[in-house]
Amino acid sequence: MGKKLNIEMLSIKNLHVSIEGKDILKGINLDVKPGEVHAIMGPNGAGKSTLASVLAGRDLFNVTEGEVNFQGKDLLDMEPEDRAKEGIFLGFQYPIEIPGVSTVNFMKTAVNEHRKYKGLDPLSASDFLKLMREKKSLVEIDSKLTNRSVNEGFSGGEKKKNEIFQMAMLEPKLAVLDETDSGLDIDALRVVANGVNKLKTRDNATIVITHYQRLLDYIVPDVVHVLYDGRIVKTAGKELALELEEKGYDWIKEENGK
Amino acid sequence: MADINTINKDFADLFNQGNELLLEGSSDVMNETRKNAFQDFSKLGVPTRANENYKYTNLIPAFDHPYNVNLRYQQVDVDLNEIFQCDVPELDTNMVLLTNGWYYGNNKELTELPKGVIICGVQEAAEKYPEIFNAHYGKYAKTDEDGVVALNTALAKDGFFIYVPKGVVIEKPIQVVNLLRSDRDLMATQRNLIVVEENAQAKIIVCDHTLTHHKYLTNSVTEVNVARNAIFDLYTLQNQHLNSVILNSTFIRQESNSNVLSNTISLYGGTIRNNHHVILDEEHCENNTFGMYLMDRDQHVDNFTSIDHAKPNCLSNEHFKGVMDDQASGAFAGRIFVRRDAQQTQAFQSNNNLLLSNDAVINTKPQLVIDADDVKCSHGATVGQMDEDALFYLRARGIDEKEARQMLMFAFAHEIIEKIRVEPLKERIDELVDKRLRGEISKCNTCAIACNH
Repeated sequence: MGKKLNIEMLSIKNLHVSIEGKDILKGINLDVKPGEVHAIMGPNGAGKSTLASVLAGRDLFNVTEGEVNFQGKDLLDMEPEDRAKEGIFLGFQYPIEIPGVSTVNFMKTAVNEHRKYKGLDPLSASDFLKLMREKKSLVEIDSKLTNRSVNEGFSGGEKKKNEIFQMAMLEPKLAVLDETDSGLDIDALRVVANGVNKLKTRDNATIVITHYQRLLDYIVPDVVHVLYDGRIVKTAGKELALELEEKGYDWIKEENGK
Repeated sequence: MADINTINKDFADLFNQGNELLLEGSSDVMNETRKNAFQDFSKLGVPTRANENYKYTNLIPAFDHPYNVNLRYQQVDVDLNEIFQCDVPELDTNMVLLTNGWYYGNNKELTELPKGVIICGVQEAAEKYPEIFNAHYGKYAKTDEDGVVALNTALAKDGFFIYVPKGVVIEKPIQVVNLLRSDRDLMATQRNLIVVEENAQAKIIVCDHTLTHHKYLTNSVTEVNVARNAIFDLYTLQNQHLNSVILNSTFIRQESNSNVLSNTISLYGGTIRNNHHVILDEEHCENNTFGMYLMDRDQHVDNFTSIDHAKPNCLSNEHFKGVMDDQASGAFAGRIFVRRDAQQTQAFQSNNNLLLSNDAVINTKPQLVIDADDVKCSHGATVGQMDEDALFYLRARGIDEKEARQMLMFAFAHEIIEKIRVEPLKERIDELVDKRLRGEISKCNTCAIACNH
């Protein structure tokens, strides 16, 4: 068992990413083990969201160098849907509104795709609804939201809660939460953070991307990284987040010669 | 290829040589209307692309073909009631059949109709109920503006007639199925009249069903008068084969406080042209005009609509959506007239198109003519591709690309389907559209509400 815990779940080596010829990520190295919570902090434009999108498989970005290994497989070689089924979950910074697609149908399709991938039969309608009920109460999301089209007309907080609800439904191995705290009032923030904490097990891992320390009062990270200008420039324990909160990002910029 | 003059001359010959047959069995009012319509047709002819209203639909190839024309009811050698059974689960309707545009002679008796409701053929109605028929026939479909309508009126022999008397509510939808069944290529002229009296309510579903693979040209005109406080729904389902031409003109007149919803769903057909004209002729009317088209291969669809706010305080909502794939082409024209005294008009229109290939074409043209000054009107047209962000969002949850695309297309179309006010029909259309978008009913020989035959 001890041996299993030592195996990296995610291993990013020297990852270089560009978009339209512009380098965004310039050699990222990051290892995440099961059971860990990592926070990635950094000023706007550092490349945090790019990293999240690349892990989820968004094809707007060009990986020019490096490798990403997820549970022993080459992640970069997989379609977004296969990454999801392997256990990657991206909590979107800006969840997309999809009018006409009901949340129920969306989640049912997604859950059954995951089951198919694992060689399981699709859930019956009643089992599916039971699962929905369980997960809804877990993340304190209102039924009126799940009865509507995906994210349509949702407030910022409702959209983020819906992300956590989807995460609860899909039970990922690795959740990458991209600025999940942005635009949240303190109550919504607490709900979102509680959801993440309740879903945490020793077998899954979370990467929390944020540029405020506030969320980290609720989701306590094991490791904090600072991403600046496409590189991880600092890695430490949770106390680093507090230091950043106090001193801002200027000292990081100075240390890195800008 | 024949030129337009030859086509028009052929129709003149048909009219003159077939005059005796045309007059036979039709009432004096029909024949008088016919005569005037022919004069209009002689001036207008079959519209060509030089006509601004037909700029995007070339009818010459549709008409340039040796069709058979039946100027007399043809006995059917089988029992169509046996051949045709609709299998939509839970869709319980009052169903009548037409054969090549004529009211079928052996329709089953409708036993559940409320008292006073009349459903029969147009010829029969002209003869048996002249006071109703003559008050409405030829009053709404203008023959001096569109050669297609003039031609229909000149050649009109039969079609369906539906009368809903004052205060009568027909719970079960009336379903009219036109069966196209011929051993030769056929041009069918169908002329329908629907009269909904004060405080009455009715829902009508009209569909076509091609029983053989011959080339069909259907030219149908439907006149509808909806009296005060009446509520009326008209669902038109177009699902023929690639070798068919559908010319479908509807003229709806509304009286005060009436509420009309129409939904024209084009799933399949070689060339489809819908002319949809509404006049809000008294105050406080509500009109909802919806449509959806799903076209691929070389199919063509053209929805030409006009909503005439003739009187104040009326509301109209118009929304058409289309999904175009392969080399399919289409057009939408949405005219809204707000006449000078039609104050407090609210008129909303939109047309949204999803293009799935580089070769698909859509021409969309909103046209608002507003002569009143206290109105609320809006229009909008969009032509776009699949939303890549939405696609990625679905895929990021484990849904494969094909399925994700399907979900988004279906969602796009569903906005129109959900306007259907007959629940089992809505579910059935949902299912059909889903299949249609998956390419599972590409070779279609069944009617839009999939029937056993």
